[in-house]
Amino acid sequence: MPIVDTQLVLYDEDYRKVLGVCERLARDAHAKGVFVVDKNGQLLAEAGDVRGIDTTSLASLTAGSIAATGGLAKIIGEEEFPIHFHQGVRDNLHMTVVGGRIILVVIFDERSSLGLVRLRVKKAGAELARLFEEIRKKSERARAGGGSPFAEITDDDIDKLFAD
Amino acid sequence: MSFINYASREINCKIVYYGPGLCGKTTNLQYIYQKTNPDLKGKMISLATETERTLFFDFLPLALGQIRGFKTRFHLYTVPGQVFYDASRKLILKGVDGVVFVADSQVERMEANIESLDNLRVNLAEQGYDLDKLPYVVQYNKRDLPNAAPLAEMQRLLNPARVPEFEACANVGKGVFETLKMCAKGVLSDLRKMAR
Repeated sequence: MPIVDTQLVLYDEDYRKVLGVCERLARDAHAKGVFVVDKNGQLLAEAGDVRGIDTTSLASLTAGSIAATGGLAKIIGEEEFPIHFHQGVRDNLHMTVVGGRIILVVIFDERSSLGLVRLRVKKAGAELARLFEEIRKKSERARAGGGSPFAEITDDDIDKLFAD
Repeated sequence: MSFINYASREINCKIVYYGPGLCGKTTNLQYIYQKTNPDLKGKMISLATETERTLFFDFLPLALGQIRGFKTRFHLYTVPGQVFYDASRKLILKGVDGVVFVADSQVERMEANIESLDNLRVNLAEQGYDLDKLPYVVQYNKRDLPNAAPLAEMQRLLNPARVPEFEACANVGKGVFETLKMCAKGVLSDLRKMAR
């Protein structure tokens, strides 16, 4: 029986660590933008010049694309295709599955190269895998120990959201 | 699987609209998109065929307001209803927090409704979910059509457990927001339960 993913809880300090990795990767890889997306399509962090990019859509479509190619991989007997590269006329998209749960997306143009992006992503990916393993454990502990802001919400709080 | 982000003080949840082909899942999302304040919605994405049948999914991000200082965001997805897109449907159910089952009220689609509901249960179980434990709402769509089946018959076949249910005509918006609100409420109540 598969195990349902636990709820992901990202605390400020962890977010800053993740953001730090993304910013460094954007700088070192000369990337236009770096995004961390979870496999369910939630955007977790972004760095670089992301102006004009619809990041919510990017996150959802990234997850959809990884899920679809993951399905293809299974059909041919592979567990997953962990690295994806899409080449455009100006901009290119590099996606890597990290730690089985997170997708690291890098957008880059002619100021960088596929080789450099791959090299930098390898190091950043390993760091993120470690960080998200900690975050996952923390999320599980948070869930087991209570303390969520949602423990205290009332029916009234929920009803207010939907008041027309 | 909801996502709580303390850094941006946001909570994100995923609701999936399920149901047989042409039952009106995309129409539900289109109506929500049309009627929602631009500040509260993102872009609606439809991955569809040239004949506007859903190929992979529709996606609509929606902000509902604040709860205890946290922005609540719902990501609404539809699945492709046609039987042969089963592999895609499984993928979209991953990480789901709440389900809306859109049933087609036309008598001749009753078998397709039942088949789709069975398929939903099987696909959820494959991901480790139990439909009876998820926030779940049934919508009887296309109630305005002359060949609509009697409501009692649909309830008997599709909602024996009597989870929250709504009659709808999604093309004119009837029942659309009621369905969404009920499912979103269920998701938030579930979050509270999980947190306690």
